[in-house]
Amino acid sequence: MSDAAVNPVLGAVPSSAPVVAQVSIGRIFLEFLIIGATSFGGVVPYLRGSLVSKCHWVDDKEFVEMLSISQSLPGLNATNMAILVGAKLRGALGSIAAIIGICVPGAVLMYCVGIFYRIHGEHIWVTAALKGVAAAAVGLILSTVVGLSEKSLAGKFDFVFIALTVIAVNRLHQSVPRTLIVVGILAILFHRPRNKQRESIGQ
Amino acid sequence: MNQIPALIRVFMYLSILTVGGGMAAFPEMKILTVDVHKWLTFPQLIHLYSVGQMAPGPNMMMIVSIGQWAGGILGALVVLIAFFAPTGLLAFIVARLWKKLEKWPWRISIQKGLAPVSIGLLLAGCFTMAKGAITGVETAAIAVGVLLILLRYKVNPALLVLGGAVLGVISFMPK
Repeated sequence: MSDAAVNPVLGAVPSSAPVVAQVSIGRIFLEFLIIGATSFGGVVPYLRGSLVSKCHWVDDKEFVEMLSISQSLPGLNATNMAILVGAKLRGALGSIAAIIGICVPGAVLMYCVGIFYRIHGEHIWVTAALKGVAAAAVGLILSTVVGLSEKSLAGKFDFVFIALTVIAVNRLHQSVPRTLIVVGILAILFHRPRNKQRESIGQ
Repeated sequence: MNQIPALIRVFMYLSILTVGGGMAAFPEMKILTVDVHKWLTFPQLIHLYSVGQMAPGPNMMMIVSIGQWAGGILGALVVLIAFFAPTGLLAFIVARLWKKLEKWPWRISIQKGLAPVSIGLLLAGCFTMAKGAITGVETAAIAVGVLLILLRYKVNPALLVLGGAVLGVISFMPK
């Protein structure tokens, strides 16, 4: 809303939820192709910049809601968001256009990287650089873990479920699906709905 | 030695494990692609995953490289479809149902319950990867450095991974 007040061009547009006229499939594909080609270092900020600020295909509230759906479902945030936004704009075809668009640039790049690495992977320069890259990637994943913990945990007791999951996979060598089901059900039961009445009064 | 059916099976399976992020599937990916099918070695898997962090787009595009190694261009295509179709379809269906589910009290329980488990899976994937990637003081220092910088400053992570490459060359080039 404050954006609309600041931006004189947007100010003329009614500030309610974006009115999306029929967006063409080609346009959806192109926009997600651009996101797929430019989103270095994490897709979410680029998605917001493009879909909310530039194209006005979803508003900020919708974006956050879609992101929360994307995070609770299996699948990558980036591709789940593409599916959800594509579906909102043009149904199944929109979803397909969006997910192909966002995947193609990275896929082509990694296709070439794979071939290059297969040929030159043993080169001493490459090996040395990759050791540093892999170490940096570990730090990056850890920062994601910290960020998610700050944002999405409901209470201190959740750290027990995190620990259980890590121990099951890394120490007890349980498979990911079994861990997911067992610890997941425990955690869901722990967070089961209770005092429905009180909650609804409180809201 | 047609690997296509195996690629489809493995990556469809890995697809549904990516709860919370691609890293959640990493321990299982290591077992299936390295130990079971021997499409690549563990260091190669770590390298491809890490390099993939510098590529734009969804951060698991390194699966394309695995598909290409195991089955050429068809392998690459098949892996992409197998990895993104199951979760894509699920997201599409859930998007339709979401409005109805909004009032279902267990929806919030499921979201709250899955949050710590998905974080735990990411962390477990991270530890699996660290076993191969953190081999000494230098690599540990790079990982901790990247973590601290990202927690404190708003820096593009892809640049830090690139910085890791430079530090790697400086630390590990034989003198």
